[in-house]
Amino acid sequence: MTKLKGRKICPGKANGEAIVSKMGISFYGGVDPNTGIVVEKGHDLEGKSIAGKVLVFPQGKGSTVGSYTMYRLKKNGKAPAAIINKECETIVAVGAIISEIPCIDRIEIEKIKDGTIIKVDAENGTATLQ
Amino acid sequence: MLSGARGNAVKKSMEILVALGEIFGAKKLIDVASVQVAGVSYHNLGDAGLEFLEELAKDGKVRVLTTLNPAGMDMENWQNLGISPEFAEKQKKVIEAFEKLGIVTTCTCTPYFIGNLPHYQEHIAWSESSAVAFANSVLGAYTNREGGPSALAAALTGKTPEYGMHLEKNRQAQVVVQVNAKLDGTMDFGALGHAIGKKIGNKIALITGIEKASIEELKTFSASIATYGGTALYYIEGITPGKTKKPKEKIEITEKEIEEAKKAMNDSEGTEIDLVAVGCPHCSIKELQKMAQLLKGKQVKKETWICVARPVKSIADKMGYSAVIEKAGAKFACDTCMAVAPLKGRFKALATDSAKGCFYGRGSNAFKTKFCTLEECIEEAVA
Repeated sequence: MTKLKGRKICPGKANGEAIVSKMGISFYGGVDPNTGIVVEKGHDLEGKSIAGKVLVFPQGKGSTVGSYTMYRLKKNGKAPAAIINKECETIVAVGAIISEIPCIDRIEIEKIKDGTIIKVDAENGTATLQ
Repeated sequence: MLSGARGNAVKKSMEILVALGEIFGAKKLIDVASVQVAGVSYHNLGDAGLEFLEELAKDGKVRVLTTLNPAGMDMENWQNLGISPEFAEKQKKVIEAFEKLGIVTTCTCTPYFIGNLPHYQEHIAWSESSAVAFANSVLGAYTNREGGPSALAAALTGKTPEYGMHLEKNRQAQVVVQVNAKLDGTMDFGALGHAIGKKIGNKIALITGIEKASIEELKTFSASIATYGGTALYYIEGITPGKTKKPKEKIEITEKEIEEAKKAMNDSEGTEIDLVAVGCPHCSIKELQKMAQLLKGKQVKKETWICVARPVKSIADKMGYSAVIEKAGAKFACDTCMAVAPLKGRFKALATDSAKGCFYGRGSNAFKTKFCTLEECIEEAVA
């Protein structure tokens, strides 16, 4: 068991399987709000679903409308269970708050492998790898 | 406000502002004088976005003057622009939610033309990248580039975290841009914004060598430099009001770069133009006057849109410009524009005098684009 410590962005607790990207994610245009599948051409998660997963990626990018896309994912039951960033920026922070998705950042995401089961305690800013 | 004692909308808003403040290391929240909200088109919001706004409108009310970005359609004349009744119904609900929040629902990217006009060094929280660059640079107000929800949060609390463009130390120019080219009209200034934006990204420029620029030219330049570079602020020596030290780094823009920028925005050769659109950002009354002069006694043969804020159009109504323009067959697209309306698949190629319009026309609506002067736009429309 490894416990990684970072910073709270949006409080909440979640358990789930990690899906890890080395690239920035643009939720607007990059993720289908109805299916939770990454559709950005050439993205390392292209074709994969983020629904119900602990989504691990460096940081958000692209249009600020992305915050609303995250909210749409949540309403459609296709949002990630939690988000772990290296450095969180405005779009993902705001999206997580309005969608109530637990979110932490300043985590050494290189230590997280695809498929690992992770327990996120956002209030305390921790991610525990099972 | 954070405890929820002032309702759910205020609580949610404070959570957003506090989180942003923490991320960017702000020491405190400061008062803002006005807000411009983006994220208005139903095309971008979808049902979930609409639901979010309706939830906020249950107990939220804005505390400062707040205006709206363009919607996905003309709110009164949508049938004439070929918008489906299903889309119209949803778009109307979006606007109703904003109205319930106490927001002034004149949907425009030029809030400064309709009475949302901050003064020098006034703190505001605006979204809409072209309006942000215009407010920071031409008016000398202080704003970060807000997104839709963070602008709403500022409106519902009257506050924003103090970081970025709100602090004097972050507003110093980082690169001198010496312009050695003759510039005249909105197309030239749009090309200049493209050329500079591509070279400096989101750096703050101190631009020298421009003798004069009209408000219309500055409006289109703000849109272009923000679209192609991402900057929130620039200075033009002798024209804009802000003060900055002269940075060491220097680049030059010549006629060659301006011509290359124009070429980069032209890819319509071999495709028939089937949409002509001007007013990105929305037209001023002076531009409507000019359009009326150019269209007098002529007849357009292609779909022609003039994008404008409704209050500005009402001045043109009174002056008789609108009658001339509509008699020629051109259509007013109030509250909206060719960049945010759902037009994908309806047209193949767009002619416009807007550099920003070329970017979004190509992106979200998948058009080929012809970038030309206002006069050439009209020639294209009547040809």
